[in-house]
Amino acid sequence: MPERTIRVMVAKPGLDGHDRGARILARCFRDAGFEVVYTGCHQTPEQIAAAAVQEDVDLVGLSCLSGAHRALFPRVVELLREKGAADITVIGGGIIPEQDIPLLREAGIKAVFTPGASLESIVEWINSNIKPH
Amino acid sequence: MYFSKETLEASEKLSRKSSDEVQKALKNHPEQKKRFSTVSDAEIKRLYTPDDIKDINFAEDIGVPGEFPYLRGNQVTGYRGRYWTFRMFSGMGSARDTNARWKMLLREGQTGLSTAFDFPTLMGYDSDSPKSLGEVGKCGVAIDTLEDFLELMEGIPLADVTTSMTINPPATILWAMYCAAADIKGVPLSRIGGTIQNDMLKEFIAQKTFMCPPEPSVKLISDTVEFGTKYVPRWNTISISGYHIREAGSTAVQELAFTLRDGIEYVEDVVRRKGLNVDDFATRLSFFFNSHSDFFEEICKMRAARRMWAKIMRDRFHAKDPRSLWLRFHTQTAGCSLTAQQPYNNVVRTTVQALAAVLGGTQSLHTNSLDEVLCLPSEHAVEIALRTQQILAEETGVANTIDPLAGSYFIESLTNEMEEKAWDYIQKIDDMGGMVAAIGKGFPQMEISEAAYRFQRQLDAGEKTMIGVNKYATDSTHPIPLVDIEEKVGEEQMRRLKDVRRKRDNKAVKKSLDDIRNACKKEDNVMPCCIEAVKNLATLQEICDVYREVYGEYRDPGLY
Repeated sequence: MPERTIRVMVAKPGLDGHDRGARILARCFRDAGFEVVYTGCHQTPEQIAAAAVQEDVDLVGLSCLSGAHRALFPRVVELLREKGAADITVIGGGIIPEQDIPLLREAGIKAVFTPGASLESIVEWINSNIKPH
Repeated sequence: MYFSKETLEASEKLSRKSSDEVQKALKNHPEQKKRFSTVSDAEIKRLYTPDDIKDINFAEDIGVPGEFPYLRGNQVTGYRGRYWTFRMFSGMGSARDTNARWKMLLREGQTGLSTAFDFPTLMGYDSDSPKSLGEVGKCGVAIDTLEDFLELMEGIPLADVTTSMTINPPATILWAMYCAAADIKGVPLSRIGGTIQNDMLKEFIAQKTFMCPPEPSVKLISDTVEFGTKYVPRWNTISISGYHIREAGSTAVQELAFTLRDGIEYVEDVVRRKGLNVDDFATRLSFFFNSHSDFFEEICKMRAARRMWAKIMRDRFHAKDPRSLWLRFHTQTAGCSLTAQQPYNNVVRTTVQALAAVLGGTQSLHTNSLDEVLCLPSEHAVEIALRTQQILAEETGVANTIDPLAGSYFIESLTNEMEEKAWDYIQKIDDMGGMVAAIGKGFPQMEISEAAYRFQRQLDAGEKTMIGVNKYATDSTHPIPLVDIEEKVGEEQMRRLKDVRRKRDNKAVKKSLDDIRNACKKEDNVMPCCIEAVKNLATLQEICDVYREVYGEYRDPGLY
C-alpha cells in the first residue's frame, strides 16, 4: 500500500492578522508534497482543535505574532488531548521570545520555529518527525 | 524634449564607446550577480543615461514643488519651512502606561502622538471577551470605554497636539471617544487635529483586522469623512495605507498601486453615497507608506505616488482646488525588514529607510525601534529611534533643499517605470469593477502571496540577503532587554470594565445602542450616535456588536 501523504494544518489562533508567515508556509508545504489545510486568521483554539480532528491531520502548525502564544498554543494541545487526538503533533512559530520556548515545549508543543528559520528546515523537521497515521 | 539634441547625441556616442569597455571588463571580472534587482525584484540596469529619460516633459512631468504634478512635493519651502512630524507609534498595556510613554516622547521632542491599540480593541472586542484571551494590552493599549480613553489623554493638550490612531473596524468608536474627550475638556471639535487610519480595504487585502464585510465597512468610512468635513475640519478621517500591504509581502509597485486604487474607491463612495463634492473632502484624505530597505526604489515610489494622485484627482475626479491634488503621507520604516538576529543592526536598517522617506518627501515619520521585531519597544530603544530622525533632520543637511534627487537619470527613470506598472494594476482593478470586487476575487491578496513567497524562496536560495539571517549569521549574541507585558494588565482591565458596567446608566446605554442600530439600518451617519453612546459609557464591543448584528461578520477566506 502506498504511504499516505502527510496532512498538515496551518492555523492562526487569536486575533492577530499577521499571516504572511502562515501563508508562505502553507504554499511551501504544498510544494513539499504535503496535503495542506489553512484555517485563515482569527481562529479560537476550540475551532482549531475541532478542525484538526475533522480534517484528520497529522500535524498542526500554529502561527502567532501578537504575544498571545503563551495562552493559545498550550490550549490547542490541551483540547486535542481532550478530544482523544493526542497523536496529532502540534508545532508553533512566530514572534516567540527565547524564554517562552521551554514553557511551550513543556505544554506539548513539539517544536518552535522563530524568525530566520528557513522553509527547508521546517519541511525537514516535518519529514523526519511525522509519520502519517 | 528634456535634453538638447547635442546632449543626446553625445550621450549615445559615449554610451557606445563605454559599452565596448564594459564587455572587456566583464570578460576579466564578471559582475557579482547575473541579475541586479530591487528588494521587490525589479531589474536595475548597470547605468542610466539621458536616453532613459529623454521623453520627459520638464514642466508636465517634473515641475516645481507646490505645483502640478507635485512630484517634488506639496510645500514650496519643503522641510525648510517645517520638518516632517516626528511621530512614534506607541501603545502598551494600560491607558496609564501608554500615557506615561507619550509624555516621555513629547518631552524628548516628539511632535505628534500615534496610538497603538491591542488586538481586542483593534478587532472590536472588550477585554473580558473570551476572544481576548492572552491578548489584552499585549500589542498596544487596551481601551474598552471612554473612561480608559480619558486616562489615555490625561494631561495631553488636545488643541495643540495632533494624534494619530491606528484603528480600523472600530474607527468610528475610537474617534467618537476622541471627540467626546475634547468636548469634556472644553476643546471645540474645530480645534482638534489628528488622523484615524480607518482604511478597511487594506485590511481585507493585507492586514486582516476586519469585522464586517467590505461594503458596509466602506459605508462607515464615508460616514466619518462626511462628519469630519462638516464638524472636524482639521482631522484626517482616513489614512489610506500601503504600509500593511507591503508588510504582507507585496512589491513596492503593488503597494503603490493597491493603495492609490483603495483611495479611488473611497473617493467614489463618498461622492456617490454622501453627495459631497470632491473638493469638499479631498483634504481630509491622507496616506501611509512603508519605507523598505531598497533605498532608491522607496524614494521613487513616494515621488510617483504624489504625481499619480495629483493626476487621479485632477483627471478622474475633476478636483478644482489645488490642495485636493496633494498626496500627504506618513511613513513607517519596514518592520518586516528587521531581524531578531543581531538586533542592533536594525538601527542601521531603520536609519537608511528613514533617509529614503525623507528624500521621498514624507510629511510624518515613525522610525522602528531595534527591538520591535521581538517585543514592544523599550524606552531606550524608542529614544534611539526618535534620535535617528532628529539626527537626519538637524545634522545631516538632507533637509536643506527640496527633492534633491530630482533630475537623476536613474531616479526619474525608475519613478516613471514604477508609475507605469502601477497604472497597469489600477487599470486591471478598474476592469474588475473596482477594489471591493477585486478583493472578492482574491486578486490583490494572491498577487501579494505570490510576491511574498517569491521573496522567501530567493532568501532561502541566497539570491536575496538579510544580514545575520542568511549571511554573516553568528552564534554569538548580544542579548537586548525585552519588554514584557504582564498578564495582570488584562486582569486589571477586566476589573475596570466591571466597575464601569456597574456604575453607568444602563438604560441610557441601551437607548444609545438602539440609536446606532437605527442609524445603521436607515443608512444615516452613525457618528453623532456613537459620540452619545461612548459618553454614556457603552463599551467598544457593545457598539461593534451592533455593527456585526446589522452588517454581518466577515470571515477570512484563508487564501494562500
